[in-house]
Amino acid sequence: MIDDQPEAAGAAVAETENPIEGVFDGVEHVRGVAKPDSILIVDGMRRRFGGLVAVDVDHLEIQRGAITGLIGPNGAGKTTFFNLLTGFDTPDGGHVELNGASIDGVASHRLAARGMVRTFQLTKALSKLTVLENMMLGAKNQGGESFLRALFSPMWRAREAEVEVQARALLERFKLSHMADEYAGTLSGGQRKLIEMARALMSEPDLVMLDEPMAGVNPALTQSLLGHVKELRAEGRTVIFIEHDMDVVQDISDWVVVMAEGSIIAEGPPGSIAEHQQVVDAYLGTPDAPPGEPLSSETDGVPAAEMESDS
Amino acid sequence: MLLAINWDIIFTQTFSQGFGTQALVFALAAIGLNIHYGYTGLLNFGQVGFMAVGAYGVGMAVFWLDIGFWPGLVLGVVYCLILALILGIPTLRLRADYLAITTIAASETIRLSVRWRGNRERTGAAEGINDFADPFYDLNVFDRIGSRPYRFLFFEYRADDLWVMLIGWSVVGLALLFTWQIMRSPWGRVVKAIREDEDAARALGKNAYSYKLQSLIIGGVIGGIAGMLQAIDKQSVQPDTFNPVITFMIWTVLIIGGAARVWSPVVGAMLFWGLISGLEAFMRELLDTGLGDSLERYLNLNIQNVSQVRFMLFGLALMIVMRYRPQGIFGSREEMALDDR
Amino acid sequence: MRVAGPVAIVLLSVIGLASPSLGQGDGQTIGGQLRVEDDTGERVPVEGVLVTIDGQGEAVSDAEGRWSIAVSEPGTYTVVLDATTLPDAVSLRDSERGALDMLVEAGQSKTALFALTTGDVGAPADEGEGITGRRVAQLTVEGLKQGLYLAMAAIGLSLIFGTTGLVNFAHAELVTWGGLTTFFFNYYGLAGVLGFLAPLPGPFGDGVNLIFAAVFGMISGGLLGYALDRFLFRGMRRDGVSLIAQMVITIGLSILMRYFFLYNFGGNPRFFQDFASQRAMSIGPVEITPKDLAAMAVSIAILLLVGALLQLTRIGKAMRAVADNRDLAESSGIDVERIIGMVWTAGAALAALGGVFFGLDQVRWDFGFRILLLIFAAVVLGGLGTAYGALVGAIVVGLAINLSTLFIDAELKNMVALLVLVTILLVRPQGILGRPERVG
Repeated sequence: MIDDQPEAAGAAVAETENPIEGVFDGVEHVRGVAKPDSILIVDGMRRRFGGLVAVDVDHLEIQRGAITGLIGPNGAGKTTFFNLLTGFDTPDGGHVELNGASIDGVASHRLAARGMVRTFQLTKALSKLTVLENMMLGAKNQGGESFLRALFSPMWRAREAEVEVQARALLERFKLSHMADEYAGTLSGGQRKLIEMARALMSEPDLVMLDEPMAGVNPALTQSLLGHVKELRAEGRTVIFIEHDMDVVQDISDWVVVMAEGSIIAEGPPGSIAEHQQVVDAYLGTPDAPPGEPLSSETDGVPAAEMESDS
Repeated sequence: MLLAINWDIIFTQTFSQGFGTQALVFALAAIGLNIHYGYTGLLNFGQVGFMAVGAYGVGMAVFWLDIGFWPGLVLGVVYCLILALILGIPTLRLRADYLAITTIAASETIRLSVRWRGNRERTGAAEGINDFADPFYDLNVFDRIGSRPYRFLFFEYRADDLWVMLIGWSVVGLALLFTWQIMRSPWGRVVKAIREDEDAARALGKNAYSYKLQSLIIGGVIGGIAGMLQAIDKQSVQPDTFNPVITFMIWTVLIIGGAARVWSPVVGAMLFWGLISGLEAFMRELLDTGLGDSLERYLNLNIQNVSQVRFMLFGLALMIVMRYRPQGIFGSREEMALDDR
Repeated sequence: MRVAGPVAIVLLSVIGLASPSLGQGDGQTIGGQLRVEDDTGERVPVEGVLVTIDGQGEAVSDAEGRWSIAVSEPGTYTVVLDATTLPDAVSLRDSERGALDMLVEAGQSKTALFALTTGDVGAPADEGEGITGRRVAQLTVEGLKQGLYLAMAAIGLSLIFGTTGLVNFAHAELVTWGGLTTFFFNYYGLAGVLGFLAPLPGPFGDGVNLIFAAVFGMISGGLLGYALDRFLFRGMRRDGVSLIAQMVITIGLSILMRYFFLYNFGGNPRFFQDFASQRAMSIGPVEITPKDLAAMAVSIAILLLVGALLQLTRIGKAMRAVADNRDLAESSGIDVERIIGMVWTAGAALAALGGVFFGLDQVRWDFGFRILLLIFAAVVLGGLGTAYGALVGAIVVGLAINLSTLFIDAELKNMVALLVLVTILLVRPQGILGRPERVG
């Protein structure tokens, strides 16, 4: 079902076809609006830290097969929202459906099997594994990952070979083949971004959630990444991505969702959003309200203390 | 004065111990710890607890439950499994330090509870359990050598030692093979990913908690087998041999060899135990020479407290190795440079 | 600078090894300490036993079981223990060996060992009593006492973790250090460690009263804490040594210190010189010695003082801020390294004081290590990283393990601490006062 023929090298980004062209015609530019074919439906999701409201989303639907941009000022709660959706944080309340089935309380590691993967703002390339090992880690249905089967090589050799083929193909597509046997720790920052995205694709997900994929990336690589994102759409996958750069958002989003102070303040195609008064206010601040007050001293609603929790 | 020292004894001690029974026990326990820490990143500060539980499994099977030596080996393994579950289920969801604290607390508790006089019937309390290993020694193929020690170059062993060494080092070999196999499999790949970044592993669909628990069990059972071998070697099980310093000797062995390398626990154990035995022999010989009186007068060093100096030096060595060469002998600086933990 | 730490440690070790052995007197004596192992495994002194050497003299064992008879000249003597003066539950392990022949050299203090036993499996003394109000009250006071002393050690450990992220496994040795240095000052002054100071008056050359010795003990504890941070851990933090490596290093340090103590102090428990044999007073249903009562009062006072300092002074607030969120504190202008140094100093001084209090019972080379489990349980229960949590946790642990002896054998009471630890981790891992985010 998913088309995985890579684009010819050097093809201009703009030429990638958009299979869902026109799907948003007739959809009102209103927050919480229903979409023609929603892959993800969120209802009443709330999260508080101490006395502060980090996320408060009444209703959100994500259109299948589209590239949806999630934007908003620092501290708006975008990454927290991602964490809540992907099981890396527990909401205080709310209901989420993926492909029509509820994923409330489903643990983060089970979501990959259900077709939902995410990347991280601070890339998590596993430095002590090779690039190829990083990739192969992402594949689903590996019997050899079960201990008893791992003891007997014949039981996993075949699947391992398959996975390796798939991994090398993806590395080829992302132009990282030459690094396959290097430790991922030697990759540059931009290469890590690529591998983060490539690895997420190993499980052939329906829904790909990218947390600031272009952050800190040079313009040339940005173009390359944008191209890859469009390829995902061409393959029929759905993409949600968090982004700050409005140019990037304008360039590839089919639909934009704007968050501020934990809730969604606007939705619509990229063209209409830039003119939306509330969006302008949120980014620049009204005369009454202080400009873009962050939720805490750290990025995107994640309190400083929580950032320390990695060992 | 250097000539007055009996170097022969010192070298014999070094080499015999380096290849001997205690070294293999350390090697096996370190292989278990390698799976815990080297490959999975678990901070198990209670490996001696697993050793105790394995050893007492065998001992209690003979002494209290009366089911025999061979079933006792199975019982020891079962005990290790249970211990790993008790330790892992509450702590593996939390940060690594909590496992560290809990394992050290648990291993001390195990020691205190087998030592308790109320357990005399079951565990022999402070005196422990003896005379349970006969079925093992009945199979000794080296009995023909007789009761005198067998000597070859710098190696000197009795028939019993040789038998334990034969079986023990074979078990070590099997454990090495086992480690190599599972670590190159997809299971091993997941575990190595978890060591580095649990969240990444989970985002890729791996149940990190379950893998950590499996690793704890596997490494713990291997530690338990090490404990059994030690009990068989000494032909006794006693609570005070399973003290926390042993855990950290096992850690030192692992670090010296270089964590996350299949071979390193073995090399580390042989070097560590050989050197320590040699050093102690050296100090004892030194006390016998003319220098001995000065040592006694100025440093208070005498035959009784030589072994305490051994522990002091060990503590110091652990600090220095951890600070200046944490990657050990086989670890690579490159890999360490990538370590942001 | 990087080498300074280990070099310092090696130097200190050598100096320490060079300290003179203790207890050299003149003339010759035969003496000993009569003790018997009770139902908790502890060695308890036996008082009031008559020991005679025919033609030389006799002695009666004191509250610590000690006795000593001076003999006029070197030679062989027969030392006889009068078994009829033994307490009811105690007897000679080998009734043939109530008389020992001992050879005494000139100027020697010879030790005679009489092996005593309470018989086979001793029943806990209170077993017949069951749960009475009197026992509950007594155990509550014991629990409170132990909890207060534990709090001394626990607070430092919790704050060190809070400010640096390091779980200091050597903290128990800081407790022991406090007890041992106080012992030295009590008996020998500084000359106990640096023999050449002997000619000077106390506290340099001679022993001082326990109260002064305790102050010196606290000071030396604080100094050690300061030195450890300044010369060992600060460099590691600066060089980016991982926290796990630092933790293993504290373990190596704890082993080094513990066996250093064993080497210098010996394996036998000893007692402070002052306030040693006190009769317990009765306050209502509870029996307690004056020294324990005083120690409890002092510890409460000190804990209140610490609490006030943490709450009201600028430095105290800075400490709490750094322990709570280091980066935030740094960005608001606090000199984090200085605060960390103070936390180590103060935490170690407190631990040392705790060592003195524990030492009122008896002083051993490893008594800190024996309560390590309890300290960890207290800190985890209260919440790693908060001082108040450590206090609360310590008192709860103290009460829990003592009151538990109403139901279980006294020897197992330390297991209760482990149970507390595991339960808390299952139910509320951040502890009573801790923050959930720190737990992972």
